[in-house]
Amino acid sequence: MTDATMTAAPLKPATGPIQWLRDNLFASPFHALVTVLIAWFLFMSLPGLLDWLLFDAVFHANNVRECRAAGSGACWAFIGEKHRLILFGLYPYDEQWRPMLVVLLLLAMVGVSCMRRFWTKWLAPMWAATLVLVGILMWGGVLGLTYVENAKWGGLPLTMILAFVAIAVAMPLGVLLALGRRSDLPAIRAICTIYIELVRGVPAVSLLFMASVMLPLLLPEGMSIDKLLRAQIALIVYASAYLAEVVRGGLQSLSKGQYEAADALGLSYWQKQRLVILPQALRITIPPLVNTIITVFKDTSLVVIIGLYDLMNAAKASIVDPAWRGSSIEAYAFVSVIYFAFCYFMSKYSQGIERRLAKAQQR
Amino acid sequence: MASQPAKTGSGSAAPIPKAPPKKIRGVFWNDPQVRGIFYQILAVGLIAAAVWWLASNTIANLNSRNIATGFHFLSREAGFEIGENLVEYSPADTYFKALLVGVLNTLRIAVIGIILATIIGTIVGICRLSKNWLVAKLASIYVEVVRNIPLLLQLFFWYSMITEFLPGPRDALKPLPGFFLSNRGLKFPLPAQEFAYDLAMVLFAVGLIAAVAVSRWAKKRQNATGQPFPTLWASIGLILGLPIAGWLIGGAPLTFNAPVLQGFNFVGGATLTPEFTALLLGLVIYTACFIAEIVRSGIQAVGKGQTEASMSLGLSKGQTLRLIIMPQALRVIVPPMTSQYLNITKNSSLAVAIGYPDIVSVANTTLNQTGQAIEGVAIIMAVFLTISLSIAAFMGWYNKHIALVER
Amino acid sequence: MADAAPQADTAPMIILDKVNKWYGDFHVLTDINLNVARGERIVICGPSGSGKSTMIRCINRLEEHQAGRIVVDGVELTNDVRQVEAVRRKVGMVFQHFNLFPHLTILENLTLAPIWVRKTPKAEAEATAMKYLERVRIPEQANKYPGQLSGGQQQRVAIARALCVNPSIMLFDEPTSALDPEMVAEVLDVMIKLADESNVTMLCVTHEMGFARSVADRVIFMDRGQIVEQNTPDEFFNHPQNERTKLFLSQILDH
Repeated sequence: MTDATMTAAPLKPATGPIQWLRDNLFASPFHALVTVLIAWFLFMSLPGLLDWLLFDAVFHANNVRECRAAGSGACWAFIGEKHRLILFGLYPYDEQWRPMLVVLLLLAMVGVSCMRRFWTKWLAPMWAATLVLVGILMWGGVLGLTYVENAKWGGLPLTMILAFVAIAVAMPLGVLLALGRRSDLPAIRAICTIYIELVRGVPAVSLLFMASVMLPLLLPEGMSIDKLLRAQIALIVYASAYLAEVVRGGLQSLSKGQYEAADALGLSYWQKQRLVILPQALRITIPPLVNTIITVFKDTSLVVIIGLYDLMNAAKASIVDPAWRGSSIEAYAFVSVIYFAFCYFMSKYSQGIERRLAKAQQR
Repeated sequence: MASQPAKTGSGSAAPIPKAPPKKIRGVFWNDPQVRGIFYQILAVGLIAAAVWWLASNTIANLNSRNIATGFHFLSREAGFEIGENLVEYSPADTYFKALLVGVLNTLRIAVIGIILATIIGTIVGICRLSKNWLVAKLASIYVEVVRNIPLLLQLFFWYSMITEFLPGPRDALKPLPGFFLSNRGLKFPLPAQEFAYDLAMVLFAVGLIAAVAVSRWAKKRQNATGQPFPTLWASIGLILGLPIAGWLIGGAPLTFNAPVLQGFNFVGGATLTPEFTALLLGLVIYTACFIAEIVRSGIQAVGKGQTEASMSLGLSKGQTLRLIIMPQALRVIVPPMTSQYLNITKNSSLAVAIGYPDIVSVANTTLNQTGQAIEGVAIIMAVFLTISLSIAAFMGWYNKHIALVER
Repeated sequence: MADAAPQADTAPMIILDKVNKWYGDFHVLTDINLNVARGERIVICGPSGSGKSTMIRCINRLEEHQAGRIVVDGVELTNDVRQVEAVRRKVGMVFQHFNLFPHLTILENLTLAPIWVRKTPKAEAEATAMKYLERVRIPEQANKYPGQLSGGQQQRVAIARALCVNPSIMLFDEPTSALDPEMVAEVLDVMIKLADESNVTMLCVTHEMGFARSVADRVIFMDRGQIVEQNTPDEFFNHPQNERTKLFLSQILDH
């Protein structure tokens, strides 16, 4: 910078908080009116909400009547009493450190998967190993752990297992379906298209119904599968169709030149997909993939409908207790926070990746 | 659902020449075309075998459990109550009628939900782009909170809010005269059957037609003379003014069929049941936040240069929005909006969790009573596929209609 | 409200008086003083980021200046929307990236402003539009969409679109810099023809020095938000005074 630019800065407009307020809240009479109305609304509603959440809330009580007598706010004592039931369902009380460990293990794996430097060929085997470990911890029966049948699983670990197993199995299936839908072979293309469109055309609830009422009929007599596995199959079928469409979007966005270059190098179909196409397509699709994962995570709550005790249903079960009747809002608020924390983190992460991809594209 | 995309050939995935004079053939199993056919036959064969296996299991199971097959049950008496029905229905009616009531209930919640979610979502989406910091911030908090919590949880939340925290019918809230808000839902008055109301309804339809006619005439006149006509205000005036005029001509009656408390419940008036209200609230609030994001990104997708060019031609802000931004934003918005409309329809099936009698819920009762699971699930799927495919087809047509022409 | 009192021919068409503008802390325009006579053709050049585009965008208030006065044909640009609209009706603008409306045909692009701003009957607006399309030599494209035209054709349409409202001032914001080399000439030809055949006031931000030599009455050199030097094309190119001008000219002419 030389003299000329720096000398004259005589009437630089004001900056600072007052200018900020003028620009962002009172830019015109209309904006000023809107601002005042919203401020008034917040002033009327926020104190009441805070009172309910904190100042008038009751943190210690033995039942709902004591709670309501002690204060007009939320009855958080209910959560204090029932949080183990909501978080772990009917899992044997003394063994609940195991599902706790499972939750931490899965969270750690999510954290690891989000970090770029762990995006290597070891990530998939690591997930497989983690899921095996999760199985050992939940079922037990080996290494001195007592056996816990999966009808007793519940709460947060069940939600996480349903979601992560669904995604782990549906992901490769989805990639195959996406490749199949873009295949040159008409029969393969038709099969994959029909599968994807059928599954996406019907509600997830109906898939769960189908799994719960039709699977027993479809299998030979004597062979039965339990409720958890049925729900898991439905979720896998559901997730694979949606993941397939996301992957297909990524495949479509690659230029034809990439396919031609791979062909020109003499790569076989599978080499071409594995070494050239998929690495690029999957990278582009990380943001929508994460969004689909969030959707699947939220939609595991539908297993309530066929009676599994996931986080959602455990919360519903906890409010049945007559001693605590009428605490449903507290229970729902508690599980909402758990769902929100997970989904919010994932969506912020996906937005971050999206920004980085956009930047890389600009360069 | 095995579906192995097959190998097209190893080492020689080059495109097959269209019609060479003489094709040099290697060993036939290395020919990519032969391999392609082989893999397709393999895939189809595997799937056929799987289907055959499942079908034979099913038949054996059905026989051993003495479950009937086929759709004969449709003409039998259903025997169960349905809480809400748009057409006359009683337990003595057939299963077919019951399922029809379910379909109509699904369509009712879907149509109302789509309209409300579109309106609210559009407003919120525009608010997120507001220059007013408070407005933009509130809109984004709404979107972030709502979309990160499962819809089912939100439905349960609204349902308990209504059924547990609203007072009973005896001490119902009265937000407006004649309106009663209680744990039995919202009761509200309906205009009594009178000539004035019929006249108003007829004139409403006349107003709609007149508004279309006026907008055509205005367009023609503008083309001829260049004078624009305030079509929007004229249309609003016609659509609202004519019915009001009709009501006044009919003597401006103020008689309503109002709900009255009798014993433990209300009689008369119209009702929004807690189930319907909770489902509608949940669906609209949840879907509106996704629609808001679609609208926001649609508007943002129209480049700044378009606004600048329009402004530099002297068009006003309103004209720029109406003639330049909206038509372009719509093209970006329509495809994802379609899938949100499909989502609302599919998500309305969560009704089964809070007891609103939609098609899934009715079909579920049916299959529990008759034991005919396969038929029940098939009916659910057929209904949703029909709805999905019709919405998709309509939106596809609309999208083609407005698509940009590129070279 | 439309037109202010008619100005004497001697009064400047555009007056910029001590105009200042900031982007946050960045001072884009510093004390710009410029009078443009009626019918004058001015070429503005300078390194990128020197504020040339910002300056001409201030003239039809696509950018707001924060200090100083801008008067266009007797109308001062203030916060008053009606004054801004009055100015925009006199000023046509051509953008670097054409900014045609992709959802409208070429003809509809051209008739949009006449119909909605000037309230011209459609048939008349279309006749005028065709006249201008012929002047930019692409009448046969009238019913195509912008996406179907080449860059040079699009820019010619954009010029015709700006002319359709019969402006007394035309602003060109780097009209050829987004074009492939072989299309630059066709656009410059149209601009030269416009300068020859009409008496419209032109301000053109460009690095096409041949165009500046043949058309401009005055060349302005801007750097770091200031007008560093202004002169007739001959003097400007042959005897630049300022060191920065010399450096800039050597950079763009040396190949």
